[in-house]
Formats: sequence, C-alpha cells, structure tokens
Amino acid sequence: MDTKDQKYIEMFRQMHLIRAFEEQTVKLYMKNIVKGSTHVYVGQEAIAVGVSAALIPGDYITSTHRGHGHCLARGGDPNKMMAELMGRATGYCKGKGGSMHIADLDLGILGANGIVGGGISLATGAAYACKYRNDGHVTVCFFGDGGINQGVFYEVANMAAMWKLPIIYVCERNQFQEFGYSEWYYADQDLTKRTEPFGFKGIEVDGNDVLAVYTVADQCVQKARSGDGPSLIIANTYRIYGHTVGDPLTYRRPGEVEVWKDENHDPILRFKKYLIREEILPEHECDAIQKSAAQVIEQAVEFAINSPMPDPTTLLEDIYVKE
Amino acid sequence: MTDRIIEFREALYEAMDEEMARDPNVFTMGEDVGRYGGVMKVTRDLDKKYGQWRSVDTPISEEGFTGIGVGAALAGLRPVIEIMYIDFATLAMDVIVNQAAKACYMFGGKARVPIVIRTHGGAGRANAAQHSQSLEAWFTHVPGLITIMPSTPYDAKGLLKSAIRNDNPIIFIEDKILYNTKGPVPEGEYLVPIGKADVKRAGKDLTIVATSRMVLYALNAAEKLAQEGIEVEVVDPRTLVPLDMDTLAESVKKTHRLLIVNEGVRTCGYAAELMARAYETVFDYLDAPVVRLTSEDVPIPYSSALEFEAFPSEQKIIQAARSFFAR
Repeated sequence: MDTKDQKYIEMFRQMHLIRAFEEQTVKLYMKNIVKGSTHVYVGQEAIAVGVSAALIPGDYITSTHRGHGHCLARGGDPNKMMAELMGRATGYCKGKGGSMHIADLDLGILGANGIVGGGISLATGAAYACKYRNDGHVTVCFFGDGGINQGVFYEVANMAAMWKLPIIYVCERNQFQEFGYSEWYYADQDLTKRTEPFGFKGIEVDGNDVLAVYTVADQCVQKARSGDGPSLIIANTYRIYGHTVGDPLTYRRPGEVEVWKDENHDPILRFKKYLIREEILPEHECDAIQKSAAQVIEQAVEFAINSPMPDPTTLLEDIYVKE
Repeated sequence: MTDRIIEFREALYEAMDEEMARDPNVFTMGEDVGRYGGVMKVTRDLDKKYGQWRSVDTPISEEGFTGIGVGAALAGLRPVIEIMYIDFATLAMDVIVNQAAKACYMFGGKARVPIVIRTHGGAGRANAAQHSQSLEAWFTHVPGLITIMPSTPYDAKGLLKSAIRNDNPIIFIEDKILYNTKGPVPEGEYLVPIGKADVKRAGKDLTIVATSRMVLYALNAAEKLAQEGIEVEVVDPRTLVPLDMDTLAESVKKTHRLLIVNEGVRTCGYAAELMARAYETVFDYLDAPVVRLTSEDVPIPYSSALEFEAFPSEQKIIQAARSFFAR
C-alpha cells in the first residue's frame, strides 16, 4: 500500500473518530453527564481532517466553540477530551475548561474558544511567532460563518497580509450562526471577497469532500511555508445538529438536514464511497475502521466516567503561573 | 556608587532595551512604537537596534494587535504590546479579559501568556474624556491579570523588567504626567519584585496609601504636613494585583489612620477595594474611619478650570489629612 493510500485511510479513521466522539457527546449530554454549552461537529469532519492532513508537527491551530473535531484531527487524546467534557480531574484542563476550552499546547492546539471569532487574532499572533522564528511552521485558524462577521478578522487579515504571515484562515461555512441562518447577516453572499482588498481573495471549496479540502489546504500551507503570506478558505458544509446540543432548531427549513445526511452529502459516506471505488479499502475494512473508532471512543467514555472529579481544593489553583 | 538621576521615560526605555538584548523572544508592538519611537518616546530607537520585527509599527487596530500579542505569547514569544492610551484598551477588552487573563486557568494551568501590555493613563494634560481616564480597576477586577502602576523611575525600570520576565499577562500602567519626572536609578541590572509594596516615606501619625502619580502628590503633601507636626507615612502598593496587603496593614497598625488616594473614579474604584480590605484586616487598629480620595464620578473635562477639580490634588490630600486631626 502506498503512502498516499495510508494517509487516506488515516484520514478516514480520524473522520470516524470525530463522528463517534460527537455522537457519544450528544448521548452523554442528554443524560446530563456532559453539561453546559456543548457544540458538536457532526457533518463537518472533512474540514478538520482535510486541513490537518496538510499540517506537520509544530504547526499551530486555533479552534472554536465547535472544536472537538479540530482537536482530534490534530492528534488530541480522546480520553482527556472526554474526561474534560465530563468535568473530570483527568481532563485536558483538569475540569476547569469544559467543551469550549480544550487546548493541547504540546500539539500546537492553542485552544478552542468560547468567543465567536475569539481565536482569529490569537492565530495571527501564533503565525507572527512562526514568522519571527522563521522556522517554516504555519498556523491554521478555524472559525465559522458567524465569526467571519467579527471586526477583528479584518484588522488582523490586514496585518497578516502586510507582514506576509504564514496563516491559513479556514472559514467553515456551515450555514448557521448561533440560532439562525448566517446568510441573513451577509450584505454579499460571496465570502471569498471578504479578504480580496487585502490581496488574498478567498478560495471556495466543497467542505464535505475531504480530498478537495486537503488539496486546497495543502496549496495554502505551501504558500504560507514559502513566505507568500495568508490565505482564506471558505469551506462549504452544513451543521447537522443545532447551535448547542438541545437546540430545538425551530428556525431550520424542513427537509434540509435529511439531504445533507444522505450518501451524496455526508462527508464520511462520500469518502467511504471513494475509498471503495478507487480500491483503496474494501467495504468490510471501511466498516472495521468505523467499529474500531467507535471502540476507541467507548473506551474514552469509560476512562472519563471512571475518573475522579476535581478536588474542590483545586478551585483557586492555576489562576496564575507560579514564578 | 552614586545613582544617576534619569527621567521616568528613560528608565522605561532602559528596561525595554536591556530585556530585548537579554532575550531574543522579547519584542514590542503597537501604534508608532517603531519609526516614531512611541508616543511617549519610550521605545525610541529600538527598531534601529533590534529590527522591524522586534519593534513593530501597527495599524490603528487595538483588538487586532493586542490579540496578535496574546497569540504570539501562547506560541512562546514575550511580547510587550503598547496601547497608546489606556482609554483605547477598551477596544481590546476581549483579548485581554476573555483570552489572555483566562488561558492559564481555563486550560488547566498549562498555557502561558507572558505578555506585558504597556499603556498610560491619568488626567492633567487637557486631553479630555477619551484620553485621560484611570481605568486600572477594569483590570484589577479580572482574575488572571497582574496590574502594575509604578510611581518612580526606579520602580518603573525594575518592575517593567520583572514584568517582561513574568509568565503571566500583565497590565503595566504608566502615568502621562510621570514620563518627564526624574529620580535616582542605579547603573546596571536590578529588578523590583512584583507584589511588593514600598514605603516611600516613614511616619507615625497617618498612613497614605497612594498609587501612581498620586504617590508624588502624597509625598509633597506629607512634606507640608510635617511642618504642621503631622508625620505621614506614604505607602505605594506598586502592584495593584497581587496586592501586598501585609505592608499596608503594618503601616496602619502603626499609625491607626488611613487615607487612600487613587485617581480612578469613586464608584467601584480601586480605592473602594483598598478600603474594604483595610476594614477586613485592620479595623481593630483604626482610630478613625478610612478616608478615600478619588476622581469624581465624571468624564474628565477639557478646560483646566474643570479638569483639575476632577481628580485628587496635593491640596485635597492636605485637607483630607488635616481632617483626621481636627475632630
């Protein structure tokens, strides 16, 4: 098997890992084991996985409130993630962050973010650090079609272009911003124009086609690594669940979600079809990967459930770095 | 060795210069900090000495460049971000309050945000309502931030150097009137510890706790009060958070009287916090109610006839001090 095929199979496995993680998350939320504001990534797996496939260790990402997929795609530990969602001491943040604040600094994951668009300037700063050190690394900034309306994006897009920073802005256009359609809030529906004045027009891609995402991301990453500055990718996709788990979705058009879940739209089913058609992986092995991914997540749930809650005496720890 | 007498601005410049020479990860960024040398000339020629990537001119995009600083800090650099006036920090509050201040805790103690945000506040130069505020309480109200307000060139240099080496996000508030003031600063390396108050003048009758420029007013007032036989002890917290309450308490235990002087407005100001802490810790030692002098609850006006009425002055401090002994 060649390395390309191996890479594709790994991408397929990651997509299943994310899907399984999110399906468990929804179940656990319904049981009130996972609490608070929890946002799942179902239907958008191709974007995190396709973009991450273009990255190498040492690159940075910033993520969003819908960030589990980005973390898993960059190699985040499902056990520590699930434990964090359950508020356990063994979680990534010792139970202090929860779903919206998972970070793994060692993996270059500079954090999910509870503020829509909150990671955009931070990512640009990480890209500044890459440029400053001239180490060939890049930063990917994930945000959504709500985040693209935050003013700070235009402040830092300007600076990223001025300074030719190695950053790839990835707007996951899942068609919603919080509890409504994002299209209601655009004066012009063509989001690729948003960065055109800064000299880097956005590139639109089918965000449910993992290989298309990978191809575009790879081009943008290469551009960044060679010192040619920022890119914007508009990855079109669809948010299968609500804004948060438990969103009644009263605003969603009838019949729409069913279409996006069918085999011509769902990013995992589409990739599976591709892998079978191209004889990269037979169907039974595709299914085996799905099963093993599900098992990994079941084990993560077990790990989390069996982990202790944080000791109340840790409440006031970690507010400051002790010098 | 005798100390040199240098300006506050020069002391800050030396701190920047020395720390940039010492650590290649230290850089500074902000409006006009490079080519122009900073609105208060603190970053003077750092761009020429260290290059344009280490003393960086930015567009007028406070949220953007402060956020870039926070992100660069998360990625291992040690940025010193200059926000030209503290009034403009309001544009960057998300990245300061929601991002920088919370990253360490929110991410379970693993994140480091070693950023210093240098800015200046204070009234008295006819800059009116949007360039004269004392917003320190906005930052002391946010767990995760360290807030520093030096009053002398010596403290300014030593504290800025400590701040740059510290791994926490720090708001370093200078005072626009202080840049031209002079004081002794030794040759060579020294640090002033964060979280340690300084007794600027010893006295037995009354403790004045003052911050930033108010320390100078308090010292001048103390000089005049001494002629009336009132021996004032002036304590400068230097860092507002973390606060060295022990030094403040020790002073009050000795003098039994406390006057607080802070330029922030009265309502929910830092003076209110000092007052509350004094009552919590040294109530039994007090011979009189604590008095606070603050700015009035008013936007800072332009006309000097009005402006100088808005914030505490040497004369107001003298009057307030006398009132302790007139009863």
